[in-house]
Amino acid sequence: MVKEIMNLSAGLQKLALALRRLSIVLLLMSGLHPALAADGMAQPVGDPVVEARVNKLAEELRCLTCMGQSIADSQSSFSSDMKREIRDMIKAGKNDKEIIEFMVQRYGDFVLYRPPVKSTTWLLWGGPFLLLILSLVFLLAKLRKRRGQAATELTETEHQAAVQLLGKREGDRP
Amino acid sequence: MRRFLFPLAVFIVLAGFLAAGLRLNPREVPSPLIGKPVPAFRLAQLQASDKSIGPEDLRGKVWLLNVWASWCVSCRQEHPVLIELDRQKKITIVGLNYKDERLAAINWLNQHGGDPYMVSAVDVDGRVGIDFGVYGVPETFLVDKNGVIRYKHIGPVTAEALKTKILPLAEELARG
Repeated sequence: MVKEIMNLSAGLQKLALALRRLSIVLLLMSGLHPALAADGMAQPVGDPVVEARVNKLAEELRCLTCMGQSIADSQSSFSSDMKREIRDMIKAGKNDKEIIEFMVQRYGDFVLYRPPVKSTTWLLWGGPFLLLILSLVFLLAKLRKRRGQAATELTETEHQAAVQLLGKREGDRP
Repeated sequence: MRRFLFPLAVFIVLAGFLAAGLRLNPREVPSPLIGKPVPAFRLAQLQASDKSIGPEDLRGKVWLLNVWASWCVSCRQEHPVLIELDRQKKITIVGLNYKDERLAAINWLNQHGGDPYMVSAVDVDGRVGIDFGVYGVPETFLVDKNGVIRYKHIGPVTAEALKTKILPLAEELARG
């Protein structure tokens, strides 16, 4: 048993090493071949600090033409326009809040990947907790009912019937 | 029998929610710009590049801003509707030629039955489009006499949308 576990962990280590090598090769390939880089990433690389902020903000915003993706994940022309807009605003000295506000003013709350908590979204945010509380209440009620049932004593006739069924000695009664 | 009643009720409620969800169009994102002033812009005109156009030029008029492009496939679907609307002379239609090339745009108009726009503004880099919250072409905005956006139609304008929503609202705004 121990030997098998040892074998397994050695195998996993080998696999991890192989994966790491593969990822390094892929990384080098993508660096060497600009053609492999997607359209959205082919932007001239500027200040890394600015780019990091662009990416952080882009992860918070929804690509409205692709719905299920953030602007950071998407390479659609809509997303690259939005990234360009974010980049320009950062360069103009706007802070993150102002940039998000700019997008919300034009595209509404839907552009936010994490919907804000407000009166129209309380069910969205509170729903799971509400369900949790409801199911806990349900569970507790069930458990209490079951405990009540188990605690009932047998009547004399029931006891007699049980003894007869089991066919055991009368003296065992607790 | 009764123990199945509760799961069945839960199932029916859930199925009801999902059925309602299927009917919603995920592409129709309500615009936060309804009731807000038209974003300011000043852009070159498509047919006369030495002239410009901006919302100030249209004050006192109820007008439609139709976002279009020669690369936009569903614009072909709405183009005949817009041409017919222009023929009726009921409302001023202004185009926003979005992320397009001038020559391609003019050719496209010629190939698809003419130019229904009083004037088209050229938004080469799509910046004015972003100010309007444009995310898919075509989109159409109805603007009142004071330059306030009153309605947004997402997707190709249909004869039915004009008849049931856009034109009645436009007539009301023109009177008021």
